[in-house]
Amino acid sequence: MTDINQNPQAAGKEEGPIGRFLRATEIDPRLIGMVGALLLIWIGFHVYAELFLGGGTFLTPRNLWNLSVQTASIGIMATGMVLVIITRNIDLSVGSIVGVTGMYMGLLQVEWLPQYLGLGHPAIWIITVIFGIVLGALIGALQGSMIAYLSIPAFIVTLGGLLIWRGVAFLAADGRTISPVDETFALIGGGPFGAIGATGSWILAAIASAGVIWMIVRGRGNRRKHGFPLRPMWAEYFMAGLGVGLIAVATWVVNAYPWPKGILKQYYEGLGQEVPEDAFISHGYAYPVIILVVVAILMTVLMTRTRFGRYVFAIGGNPEAAALSGINTRAMTVKIFTLMGALAGLAGVIGSARLNSATNALGDLDELYVIAAAVVGGTSLAGGVGTIYGAIIGALVLVSLQTGMVLIGFGDGSYRKIVIGAALVLAVYLDILYRKRLK
Amino acid sequence: MNTTNRGTPLVEMRDISIAFGGIKAVDHVTVDLYPGEVVGLLGHNGAGKSTLIKCLSGAYQADAGDIFINGEKVEIKDPRDARAQNIETIYQTLALADNLDAASNLFLGRELVNSFGFVDETKMEAETRKIMGRLNPNFRKFNVPVSALSGGQRQSVAIARAVYFNAKILIMDEPTAALGPHETQMVSELIQELKAQGLGIFLIEHDIHNVMKLCDRAVVMKNGQRVGTVNVNEVTDDDILGMIIAGKKPAQAV
Repeated sequence: MTDINQNPQAAGKEEGPIGRFLRATEIDPRLIGMVGALLLIWIGFHVYAELFLGGGTFLTPRNLWNLSVQTASIGIMATGMVLVIITRNIDLSVGSIVGVTGMYMGLLQVEWLPQYLGLGHPAIWIITVIFGIVLGALIGALQGSMIAYLSIPAFIVTLGGLLIWRGVAFLAADGRTISPVDETFALIGGGPFGAIGATGSWILAAIASAGVIWMIVRGRGNRRKHGFPLRPMWAEYFMAGLGVGLIAVATWVVNAYPWPKGILKQYYEGLGQEVPEDAFISHGYAYPVIILVVVAILMTVLMTRTRFGRYVFAIGGNPEAAALSGINTRAMTVKIFTLMGALAGLAGVIGSARLNSATNALGDLDELYVIAAAVVGGTSLAGGVGTIYGAIIGALVLVSLQTGMVLIGFGDGSYRKIVIGAALVLAVYLDILYRKRLK
Repeated sequence: MNTTNRGTPLVEMRDISIAFGGIKAVDHVTVDLYPGEVVGLLGHNGAGKSTLIKCLSGAYQADAGDIFINGEKVEIKDPRDARAQNIETIYQTLALADNLDAASNLFLGRELVNSFGFVDETKMEAETRKIMGRLNPNFRKFNVPVSALSGGQRQSVAIARAVYFNAKILIMDEPTAALGPHETQMVSELIQELKAQGLGIFLIEHDIHNVMKLCDRAVVMKNGQRVGTVNVNEVTDDDILGMIIAGKKPAQAV
């Protein structure tokens, strides 16, 4: 049992300043690649519009704010898809689950509950949200059970689910669109009133910044307690500065996007006032974005700090070894698909709230964007590898391509599809190259 | 070492049978194991050694037969049950999750958690450093996936996993098959040390020299059946080879 005793100092001499920087800060180089690609896409669209359309429209508070809202639904589902793909499965049914949960939530809050509670009752939106998430979870549990205990491949079960749940969504209301939804429920979808405003956003930013610093301090304390090597102080400061800086910039951007004139008028009319000359009311963080961030944090904790997360990775790395270690791999499969279903239900909440209506086409093709987001974000289809933050950046990349194409005038579906398809293949190829070089 | 009449065996697998699709992989086999003893399981590939032992480690469930631990009948339905009986297994394939680091593999299925129920990664790494310091002092690669380790390093992770949790019964399925001479020597020394601590060890082994050197008794299997059990110091290696190849039972065997 020999070991090549690596001398860290010798290794340090060989690597350049970038290598040293990465080692000290422990940033995953692939994360830098993904963020770099994202920035490239953003700048690319902006510059293109600047040069050919007479004005950059991408890197504006308004577009970035919309981008954040549009990413929420795909991003939320992508965090669940990471678990599904890590365990060497796939879920093709998430888009249809969004559709079917959206429809039944529409029926529940518009046609069923008001009969008993009265229109606009404050409990309606809560009951509806819980119902939608539970319905999604039940569908996921059913599919997961068939995969785990009947040994039907996930691809087939969820392909069947894709068709079945879309069909059910149509039949739920005979193809009708149900609109408008409950007023409070609609706020979950974002929009001027579905955001927390400037003050709330800065408070949130302060809490988040404190959280970042607390984590860095605590991480260092933990390492010291067990006598593990510590990161150099400058790297700790850098990470803290980077985290706080990013939070501040994001907050500044969402606060720089004011309510449009129509909304201002509506708002001040509600107060019985004239609109002041210098009226500037910030959007701030939209509710769906806050939900996405909360989901991302919870999912990251789940994946990195709990036994459940360990088992997800272990099953993906070696299912047989996981089973021999006493992990109930079948129960794990059911739980993972249940979680995926619940997240799809949550995406259904956001989707139908944002649309202010329930249609049976809600979430159409979402499964492809969600899978693409997870894969672009570094989740390996071979299993065992993937991160939550990667999936969210992946979702941002895809949604950026989508909205960017619209902004530069290629909004009709075909070009958009070509670009997104090409981006998916390219991203996976780059990932393969990276992994090869690593070996 | 004379192993007859030493009281209650640590393990007794009595009349075990298991079949896969009509083929009797293990056919009415009885073996036992005493504390501080190494029992070799020998036979050709497909003789049923690994299948028999997987009934003890919980990977398979026997169709018929009983398992006794310290004289008490136990049900071992899955690997969790086996671990609860202090049975640890080092599989031939090592059963490591390649994408996880040494600590995660060592504690797989038995993660240390803090008072909030969260996995205590630093504590697990600290414990891993301790046990690896004992088993393989040269081991340094604590923060890389085990796929990046050499065969010997991977083996030491698998062994550490079995040893860390205070096994009383250890199953080793060809522990030296993928190792060089130096590493094989270290495994041999470890087996002697564990034996001295009073563990019972089932050793599946192809190399007849290792059997003669390490085992107290040898159980030879052929076509799912037990050919015989011998005290290793009462027979020659040719006797054992005769049992493996021809199924010929020497006079000393039981």
